[in-house]
Amino acid sequence: MQEILQYLFSGITNGAIYAVIALGFSMLYSSTDLINFAHGEFVMLGALCMVSLSLGMGFSLLPAFFFTVLIVAAAGMIFERLAIRSVRHPEPIVLIIITVGASIFLRGLGMLVWGKDAYSMPQFWDLPPIDIAGARLLPQSIWILLIVTALTVGLQIFYRKTLTGKAMIACAVNKKAAWIVGIPFKWMVLLAFGLATGLGAVAGASIAPITMSSYDMGTMLGLKGFCAAMLGGLGSLWGAILGGFLLGILEAMGVGFVSSGLKDATAFLLLLLVLYVRPQGIIGAADVKRF
Amino acid sequence: MLRIRNLKCFYGRIMAVKGVSLSVNAGEIICLIGANGSGKTTLLSAACGLLASWTGEMEFEKKSLKGMEPPAVVRSGISLVPEGRMVFAPLSVLDNLKLGAYTMYKKKAVSAVEKDLESVMNLFPILGQRYRQPAGTLSGGEQQMLAIARALMARPRLLLLDEPSMGLAPLVAEKIMEAITVLRSRGLTIVLVEQNALAALEVADRGYVFETGSVVLQGAADELLADKDVKRAYLGKDYGDFYDA
Repeated sequence: MQEILQYLFSGITNGAIYAVIALGFSMLYSSTDLINFAHGEFVMLGALCMVSLSLGMGFSLLPAFFFTVLIVAAAGMIFERLAIRSVRHPEPIVLIIITVGASIFLRGLGMLVWGKDAYSMPQFWDLPPIDIAGARLLPQSIWILLIVTALTVGLQIFYRKTLTGKAMIACAVNKKAAWIVGIPFKWMVLLAFGLATGLGAVAGASIAPITMSSYDMGTMLGLKGFCAAMLGGLGSLWGAILGGFLLGILEAMGVGFVSSGLKDATAFLLLLLVLYVRPQGIIGAADVKRF
Repeated sequence: MLRIRNLKCFYGRIMAVKGVSLSVNAGEIICLIGANGSGKTTLLSAACGLLASWTGEMEFEKKSLKGMEPPAVVRSGISLVPEGRMVFAPLSVLDNLKLGAYTMYKKKAVSAVEKDLESVMNLFPILGQRYRQPAGTLSGGEQQMLAIARALMARPRLLLLDEPSMGLAPLVAEKIMEAITVLRSRGLTIVLVEQNALAALEVADRGYVFETGSVVLQGAADELLADKDVKRAYLGKDYGDFYDA
């Protein structure tokens, strides 16, 4: 019992992070029809920026977090402006390969700036782990859960209530129609990139205290987030959340009860399973256009 | 209001419109008729900024449309109701209309938007009844009404309509045509592209007949209705007479 609870806690913590990463994938996909395979690298940038700002430059927690998200979102927008918008014939497959290239570039950049060392930083709250029925819950996990909840509610409000959010959905539904009603399509894509990479930064900055951050952490996190997004249903907000938590918990249980070698395999086994059985994801719309 | 001189439009190296000149005066309904692929839709795409690769002159209210992207064209007062309606299916009817007013919201004209919402719902009462429904659940005719209403929300002075009656039952198509005449009586200038030449010429003041990218015939709508070539090619009437004569 105590063991299950412990696995559950660690699963939920990881799951929340996967959920935030999946949200980034999902929202970019739903407004631009594009999978950004460099997304994991933006998570890495988030984590390393957070470490540098708070430890290296001595910013306190909130400003460090804020500036991290800002810097990474700006980097995402620069990426869109330089590498995505300038493509002459923006076929989806071309753009996707560009994002793969960008992920290699960013990883290299990360290595040049931060070196090959792994960094750690203190938790947001300097408190001892909380004891619940014999299992230990890290205060940072609570932070992460709070952040995920706030993000989900925030995004929901953004899409449902604001004109910009609806305009973004409109661009996703029909780019041409959105353009002719006067929605500045290019600006919406730029904004979507900023938001998605900002989400990546939030994920990175939140896990920096509970993991070792290094230039190559992004690849695996990005792939796990992608699996989570596919699992829940690409393009769906709740799908990303569900997929993230499901993946995190299953992964933790797999490690705990089967074998620790199974950790990274879980995500990809699930991905394969979903692609076979239900390619649109658990709560995705039935008309998956690509993949 | 709209003056087009020697317009040539290109898709890559293919010229789809080959030197068309036409003019639209304020308050008119102009219809463009012609077979599939004769360049009508291309002309509208160029006018609203969707198609950037064109040469020649296009002026709206004395200002050139060269190099303008669709949002800028909408702000200057031209709205397009695209072929195939293109409503935002998962969004509600109300949201579709609000997005139509995107440029108005950006001008901070919120009270004007409220007024316009009321006025388009008066024009198409069915939209008022269904304003919460996702646009994708509407029937074809209702979606067409929504597409027109959405375009109106930007307060255009010139409305470009691309095949508004395509795929609609005759009675519904008639309703759309009625709405178009109502809009004209409110002072809107309209360019109507139609396959259904008879219906279009009945509401229009003047017409242009397109054939493979050129204007082959132009004139007052009733003259075109009486014209033998037009009858033969687009109205399907008096086919025998033509050959006997």
